Amino acid sequence: MPEQITGSFPVKRGLAEMLKGGVIMDVVTPEQAKIAEDAGAVAVMALERVPADIRRDGGVARMSDPDMIEGIKAAVSIPVMAKARIGHFVEAQILEALGVDFVDESEVLTPADETHHIDKFKFTVPFVCGATNIGEAMRRISEGAAMIRSKGEAGTGNVVEAVRHLRNILGDIRKIGQADSAELFEWAKANQAPLPLVQEIAETGKLPVPLFCAGGLATPADAALAMQLGAESVFVGSGIFKSDEPARRAAAIVEATTHFNDPQILAKVSRGLGAPMTGIGMDEINERYAERGW
Amino acid sequence: MQPEGSMMIGVLALQGAFASHQQRLTELGALTRQVRTPRDLAGVDALVMPGGESTTMSRLLTTSELFDPLGERIAGGMPVFGTCAGMILLATEVLEGRPDQRSYGAIDITVQRNGYGRQLDSFETDLVVPELGPDATPFHGVFIRAPRVTRVGEGVEILAHHHGEPVLLRQGTVSVASFHPELAGDHRLHALFLNSFSNSITSSITTQSENL
Repeated sequence: MPEQITGSFPVKRGLAEMLKGGVIMDVVTPEQAKIAEDAGAVAVMALERVPADIRRDGGVARMSDPDMIEGIKAAVSIPVMAKARIGHFVEAQILEALGVDFVDESEVLTPADETHHIDKFKFTVPFVCGATNIGEAMRRISEGAAMIRSKGEAGTGNVVEAVRHLRNILGDIRKIGQADSAELFEWAKANQAPLPLVQEIAETGKLPVPLFCAGGLATPADAALAMQLGAESVFVGSGIFKSDEPARRAAAIVEATTHFNDPQILAKVSRGLGAPMTGIGMDEINERYAERGW
Repeated sequence: MQPEGSMMIGVLALQGAFASHQQRLTELGALTRQVRTPRDLAGVDALVMPGGESTTMSRLLTTSELFDPLGERIAGGMPVFGTCAGMILLATEVLEGRPDQRSYGAIDITVQRNGYGRQLDSFETDLVVPELGPDATPFHGVFIRAPRVTRVGEGVEILAHHHGEPVLLRQGTVSVASFHPELAGDHRLHALFLNSFSNSITSSITTQSENL
C-alpha cells in the first residue's frame, strides 16, 4: 500500500490553490453561512462578530465559541475557516481539534503574543496570515503560512488600506525580480526573511503561496479592483452582512471576482444592490488592526 | 491568429486552480485560453475543468450563461479533462452536493463530494498509472477534500486506483481525476490528455515530460 501523507506543505497549499478566483465571506450564524454558500462563496470564515462590530464594541476579541463554529460547519458543505489570535497557538489547537479547514491567525482579534507568531509547521490544518508588506509576508511564510492575505483595514468598508498593502507586496515582488544576486542578501537582511525564500521569489516572480486580498472590501468593484491589482481571491468581511441586501451583494461580488476583467459584466452585476455598508475614513478610527503583527 | 492545424485548449476559469492547469499545458507547448463566457468557448477544441469549489462553479456556469453551450460541446464530443471539482461537474450522479448543484452526466460514475473527508484528511500519495507505460514511475497525486468515486458504470475505464478505489477514469473523450495533476509538477497526465486527440503534441512528450 502506498504511503498516504497528510498535513504536508503541498497538501496545505493545495486547499489555498482551490480557493483561487473566489470569495471567502465572514459569517456569524449558520443562516448567514447558508446565504454565503447559496451566493457562491468558496469558503466561509466563522466568527462571533464581524470586524465592524469588534471595532464598535471594543474590548478583547478572541477565538469564537466552539458551538458556534460547529453550527456553521454543519450548515454548509464548503470549507470553513476560523480565526485565532496572533501567537495564540492553543486557540489554533482547539480550532484544529474542531476540524476547521483553515485557520486565520488574525490581527482582527486581540493579539496574544507581541513577539511571536504561531509555529504553523506544527499543525495539520493550513494557516492564512495577514501582511502589509513583503517582509511580513515572507516572515509568515517562513513560519509555515499556506496563504497570505493583505491586512487592509478590517471593518471599515474602505478599500484604501487593502490597495496599499497589495501594491506594497506586489511592487516589492517586482523589485526583487529585478535585483541582482548580491542585492538579494540585502532584501533578506532588511526584511528578516530567509535568503532561499527571497531567491525563490526572485526566480519565480511570485510568492510560493497564494496571495489573497482582505480588509475593507464592500462592493463588486472593490473585489474586481483587488483582482486586477494581482490578488488571487478576495475575503469580504463586514461588507456583505452590514449591507442592505446581503444575498444579492454576495452573489454580485462572486460574479465580479470571476469576471474581474470584464467591465460590461461588472456594470451589470453592480446594479440594484441596495446600500453598501456605510464605511469609515482612516482618520476616523482609533486603532489600526493592520499595525498588529510583527 | 493561431498557427494552422494547432489546437486551442480551453481552461474553464470561473474559479479554482485554473492557472496551474494552464501553466502545465503551456509548458507542453499547447495553445491555451481561459474560458469564462460563451464567447471564450467558441473556437476551443478541448477543455480542462479544474479543481475548486464545485458548488461555486456550478452557480457561475449558470450566471455566466455557459452551462448549456458547454453541455452541447461536451455532448458533441469535445474532449474534456475534469479534475476534482471538474470531475464532479462531469459525473452522472453527485452525492452530498447541494440540491441545486448541476452536473453534465458526461461520464457514467457516481461521486461523493468531499468523500475523502475535510481538509485535515487531505493527503498526497503515489499512484500507479499503467497507461503511462510499463516502466513509468508512479504519478504523485495530491488529494484536496477530494471526491470519492462510489460507482463506475459500464464502458468506463479505470486508469488508476488508490487503496483499491478508482481515482483516474475515462469514458470516450471524457477523462476525470479525483486528485490534482496540475499541482504535482508532473506533465504526464496533461500530455496523455492532449495525445488522446491531437497529433500536434508529439508522443515523445509523454516520456520526456517527467523531467521538465
